[in-house]
Amino acid sequence: MNFENVLRSAIKINDVIKKGKMAARMNNVFVGAETGILKGVNIEKQSWANLNGAKMVDKSQEISAMCWGNSQQTEVCIANKSQVVKVYDTEAADFVEEFDFKGGTGSIKGLAKYDNAYITCTESGLIKVWKDNEECQVEIQAGDNINRMRNNPQCPHLLATGGKENDLKIWDINRPEKPTFAAKNVRCDWLDLRVPIWVLDLRFIPDSEKVAICSGHKHVRVYDPKCGQRRPVLSMEFDEHPITAMDLVNDMQTVIGNSKGTMALVDLRKGRLVHKYKGFAGSIRSIACHPTMPWVTSCGLDRFLRIHETKSNKLLYKFYMKSRLNCVLFSKRITAETPAEIDEIDITVEKDSGRSGDSDEDVWDTLDTVGGSKPSKRKQNNTEDIDETKKNTNEKKLKQNLSV
Amino acid sequence: MAKMEKYVKSEEGENSLPAPNISSIKNKQRRGEAYRDMKRTLNKEKKKAKKRQRQEREALGDKAPPKKIPKTIENQRVYDETMVNPEDEEVAQDEATDETATYFNRETTPKILITTSDRPKGRTNAFCKQLKKVIPNSDVFYRRGLDLKKVIPQAIEKEYTDLVVINEDRKVPNGLILSHLPNGPTAHFKLSNVKMDKEIKNHGESTSHFPEVVLNNFNTRLGHSIGRLLASLFPHDPQFTGRRVATFHNQRDYIFFRHHRYQFRNAKKVGLHELGPRFTLKLRSLQKGTFDSKFGEYEWVHKRHEMETSRRKFFL
Repeated sequence: MNFENVLRSAIKINDVIKKGKMAARMNNVFVGAETGILKGVNIEKQSWANLNGAKMVDKSQEISAMCWGNSQQTEVCIANKSQVVKVYDTEAADFVEEFDFKGGTGSIKGLAKYDNAYITCTESGLIKVWKDNEECQVEIQAGDNINRMRNNPQCPHLLATGGKENDLKIWDINRPEKPTFAAKNVRCDWLDLRVPIWVLDLRFIPDSEKVAICSGHKHVRVYDPKCGQRRPVLSMEFDEHPITAMDLVNDMQTVIGNSKGTMALVDLRKGRLVHKYKGFAGSIRSIACHPTMPWVTSCGLDRFLRIHETKSNKLLYKFYMKSRLNCVLFSKRITAETPAEIDEIDITVEKDSGRSGDSDEDVWDTLDTVGGSKPSKRKQNNTEDIDETKKNTNEKKLKQNLSV
Repeated sequence: MAKMEKYVKSEEGENSLPAPNISSIKNKQRRGEAYRDMKRTLNKEKKKAKKRQRQEREALGDKAPPKKIPKTIENQRVYDETMVNPEDEEVAQDEATDETATYFNRETTPKILITTSDRPKGRTNAFCKQLKKVIPNSDVFYRRGLDLKKVIPQAIEKEYTDLVVINEDRKVPNGLILSHLPNGPTAHFKLSNVKMDKEIKNHGESTSHFPEVVLNNFNTRLGHSIGRLLASLFPHDPQFTGRRVATFHNQRDYIFFRHHRYQFRNAKKVGLHELGPRFTLKLRSLQKGTFDSKFGEYEWVHKRHEMETSRRKFFL
């Protein structure tokens, strides 16, 4: 009897753990709070849960930066105010690793993972690369008052930093002595006064070397290191309050949010407002766009996580999370069932783009051959060759797009 | 119209013709008389019906059905998910470590700096004096055209725990900024219906005892923050001998301030003697950190057209 009871209880415990694991695996959005709590949100079930108990943490462990631990997005890395990085495994539904990344002063303002190495950047501007829990030789001084450090998701060895009176700099980890690009302030304004600098958030624009930033002096700017100009190639102003967060929808559009709770979609080609999103009560601290779905999630001081549709400014979901929220990560997995759908959407989009790109080639296909009714063998072979090459290029394009 | 016809019929009996419609009477005097007559009888009928209902209830005694609760805007309030559950651990912990926690942990004693917008006129000055009477351990300073951003570091240096700024428009106080020092938060209120003690009938004289503070209906998460901010204006340990009580009553997002002296007349009855002043506050914004209108981060901003979607939706 006794043995049976033990077995039963063991099975029960197993079930509970399994359920917990399932729940953790199903989370689509991870949110870091000011109280140090990591929260997981399940959009399908419209529910959320604290992944570390309220008793385990306090305000000194305020989450200040987050990133994915691997490309499958099963690990979430969180950095907190006391310069500790923790890794949460969604499969095991628990914190698996904890690192003490001390160095510099202030909280960790940027966190990235690159080839099993963690890159951290503190407020005082000290960028360090940590490999196997040991400090690597790479150490970069990026200047004081850093507000954000991010790495380029496509070439993760490139880092960008920016802060108060510390303009955008792009660094290469392999060449830590000098920034590969350092932005130059814009020209003085119409009163011949210097325009102050205060980078609050930045993003690398995919498929290019461009970087978009938003500033505390309400600017949205795009820098292009390739064009040989250190001043921004685009600069626009938005609203009257500091723009605290941004994320790119695609290479042409970005969602920005400011300290008074205004979130808007902005076109980066002409620097124009597309539309605003509604429903915010307080400052926006972090914005994340879904890589494939047209969804954007945002969180901030009003303690709500909101998910909007990017193109139509419709509010899809909102979750009250009890604490002020600092960071958000949007997982690429939405459901176990929907991937097929997502693929379909992707492919249609890709097809469309393919068409628009190869439109001039298609014109030739539709045209009748002029001259004799029977083209010579050579000609036929040629056309077949052309078709094959076309197919190859199309496939390549598709693959590229999918990998993005 | 239906009512009128009914009334006319009942007066003249069933056999007679239905009386013409009152509005078709051409003579103004007679029309008025007929109208008043109609009103009188309708009232009588209503009273009769009520009396009958009451008698029925009395006859049934305990078995009478419960009285219907009248629908008000408050009790029909739209569901608010931010309503705080007192057993909630996360919120409790959040509050235990927030900026006003030093007051509630008794690490600081309140010391309040009251000032106004630049060059205040009569009524605003008088209101400041009244506030000084209500809030113990407070000082009123003339603004002298100083920037608030310059005032705040000085106030922190002199160990003030709160800063109150009264704004005026056309000689009438119309705004109140309440900033907790040294780390915020800052609340901005609309101030209205200010009544000085002298304008209140039979008002009493305030004493210097520490008052008790009553905070009513601050139930949402935002309400909690505001309630804590208001509570931290007054010293700990009220002196009950003074029987002085300051009330912040929230109703439909308007915070009503009243100031009384109470007296227990007998075991059941309490007498209240209003001391003044009276005023009404409405929250405009709550900002993290000390006052900074340009670069400050807002925790909550009232956006009229976006938020006021329902008359039954409240935020405090």
